[in-house]
Amino acid sequence: MATSTGSLRRYALTRIALVIPMVLILLTLVFVLMRVAPGDPIQAALGAKLSPEQLAEKRHAAGFDKPMLVQYAEYLRQVVTLNFGHAITDNQPITTILKINGAATLELTIAALFVALAIGVPVGLLAGRLHDGVFDGFGRLFGIITYAAPVFFVGLIFQLVFSKWLNVLPNSGQLNALNNALLPRHTHLTVIDAIWDGNSAAFTDALKHLVMPAVTLGLLLCGVVIRLIRTNIIQTLKGDYVEAARARGVPESKVVWRHAFRNALVPVVTVMGLQVALLLSGAVLTEETFNWPGIGNRLVYYLTNRDYAAVQGIITVFALAVVVISLLIDFVNAAIDPRVRY
Amino acid sequence: MTAPSVAEPGGESILEPTQDLRGRPQGPVKRLRQQVKGAQGLSKWLLWIGAAITVIFVILAVFAPLIAPYGFDQYQSGGTRFPKQEGPSGAHWFGTNVRSVDVLSVVIYGSRTAIEVVLLAVCFSLLVGVPLGLVSGYYGGGLDRVLVLVMDALFAFPYLLLAIVIAFLLQDSVGSGVLTAAIAITVIYVPQYFRVVRGSVLSAREEHYVEAARALGAKPRTIMGRYLFFNVIQSVPVIATLNAADAILTLAGLGFLGFGIQPTEAAEWGYELQRGVADMGAGLWWTSIFPGAAIVLLVTGLTLVGEGLNDVLNPLLRRRTGRPVVLPKRMLPRHEEEPV
Repeated sequence: MATSTGSLRRYALTRIALVIPMVLILLTLVFVLMRVAPGDPIQAALGAKLSPEQLAEKRHAAGFDKPMLVQYAEYLRQVVTLNFGHAITDNQPITTILKINGAATLELTIAALFVALAIGVPVGLLAGRLHDGVFDGFGRLFGIITYAAPVFFVGLIFQLVFSKWLNVLPNSGQLNALNNALLPRHTHLTVIDAIWDGNSAAFTDALKHLVMPAVTLGLLLCGVVIRLIRTNIIQTLKGDYVEAARARGVPESKVVWRHAFRNALVPVVTVMGLQVALLLSGAVLTEETFNWPGIGNRLVYYLTNRDYAAVQGIITVFALAVVVISLLIDFVNAAIDPRVRY
Repeated sequence: MTAPSVAEPGGESILEPTQDLRGRPQGPVKRLRQQVKGAQGLSKWLLWIGAAITVIFVILAVFAPLIAPYGFDQYQSGGTRFPKQEGPSGAHWFGTNVRSVDVLSVVIYGSRTAIEVVLLAVCFSLLVGVPLGLVSGYYGGGLDRVLVLVMDALFAFPYLLLAIVIAFLLQDSVGSGVLTAAIAITVIYVPQYFRVVRGSVLSAREEHYVEAARALGAKPRTIMGRYLFFNVIQSVPVIATLNAADAILTLAGLGFLGFGIQPTEAAEWGYELQRGVADMGAGLWWTSIFPGAAIVLLVTGLTLVGEGLNDVLNPLLRRRTGRPVVLPKRMLPRHEEEPV
């Protein structure tokens, strides 16, 4: 058996090789989607505002009059150099949009993951431990309802209760106007920037703004975590080694903690990797609800303004993010668990 | 097939009821009905509560014009305009929204839109995903490899973004009605059916009965249509129900972002919630709480049905309470036939 278990390095190389066709297909998909749209991008974005001559000039400048294959090659070059040109409508460099607004999305999603694990892991562990009891029933119901409630609906209710009625949390946005204007940006993650600057007022403000969006998005994910951990606990508690530990006379609490819980937590890494798509989709909706200046918020803005160049750049980054994150998760997994290696 | 003589840890045998041993082949629908009837305990309750909620919404959807007090975009009655953003009252149980439309009517007509879109989307995804999965799994080769790559790419894509982009692209050619929303949602779910069906075909095509059919000279079409189809279709009801629940959320998400069904076409819950964002800031809760609650209820109902079906159909999760098992006489070894 020793020879059939591959080394971590070989696994990593194979996995990366497998990612390349996937990335190519995704990029082609994005390109085709953006080009089958009726009318050309320049016409769609600026058609009403400019004369035909000006349009033709813009079209030429953006390269939309070149043959499709050339445009495709151009697009691939953009992706490789991570330079997506400028947005058609407001002429902002797309890479800057991705950096600044991407940071806001990153802040939101990391906070949401934290919330999801903080709620999901204990509830899932208890529900699995008390399998088929009252708590398990409630846990299951909680999981179903957090799944069934659209993120934006949960967000709206939070806004009504905590912002309008109780008036303890800000309604929307990332910082209040004053801090937004004054806080120097280093990382574009407001919480980190506030710490960097040693500005405690901005720090509490940033945290206050972050709470509702993070909990809203976190609740969406925690249903998945609860369900996963519950099933894992039930399965691991049936495992031979748990039985063996019990037979050796290991106290039940120790059996549960040392033998079952730890093993039940390992697959969480994998499944959270699969939830990246869910997380990003939820982030778009959460950002829209709380007017959070993230990349999803920008995507909706540019789509509404029919700015294909910006949309293409943003969607490409979303697609690449999914691939890269699942790749990283697979590496972590392979490092933890030798069985997944090729 | 596994031997039916395995005893569960609890000591009960998982033998099927005796009439099954007669060997009369049963259709999948009949078998499904029997398994649903045999559901026990929690699964039974999940299934029935979920079904009840779903049926209520289906009734609302079908009879919307009879049940709803006003039309989905009606803002006046008898020449007088309804009040704008007025709280719940006797005349308007759920209040009125910013367009002066009765919220109760919007909620009821919204169930019609949701169910139309979901039915269309599930049918489309089945019609595309199942045959593709069958063909891809059965023939294998280059076609299979390409399809798997494309489907994996679609599956990896953040689903809402895919739906937004598709809906956005179809806006000009198909319009922004039920059909566009249904197609956008279909694109998300096709890969799931494809994966499940292809996976089952891959294992089923090596089975003896398929080999026997091939040896008898059955054409690939016959093998796929008659032998593989009914054997790989088992997991589809569960996925279809859960997808239907998910599709309602996606539809609402599309509407919330402004890429769904426009209010002139039909009433849609997600769109109402988008309009409700501004109202919430002013404390006008009724314009979004009621449509939102409708989404939560319908999705919960469908999820319960899906989970219940899964519990009932999945033999690993199926729990049987002490049902006495009567072994047919011919199954017992000779010397045990007469108890001592």
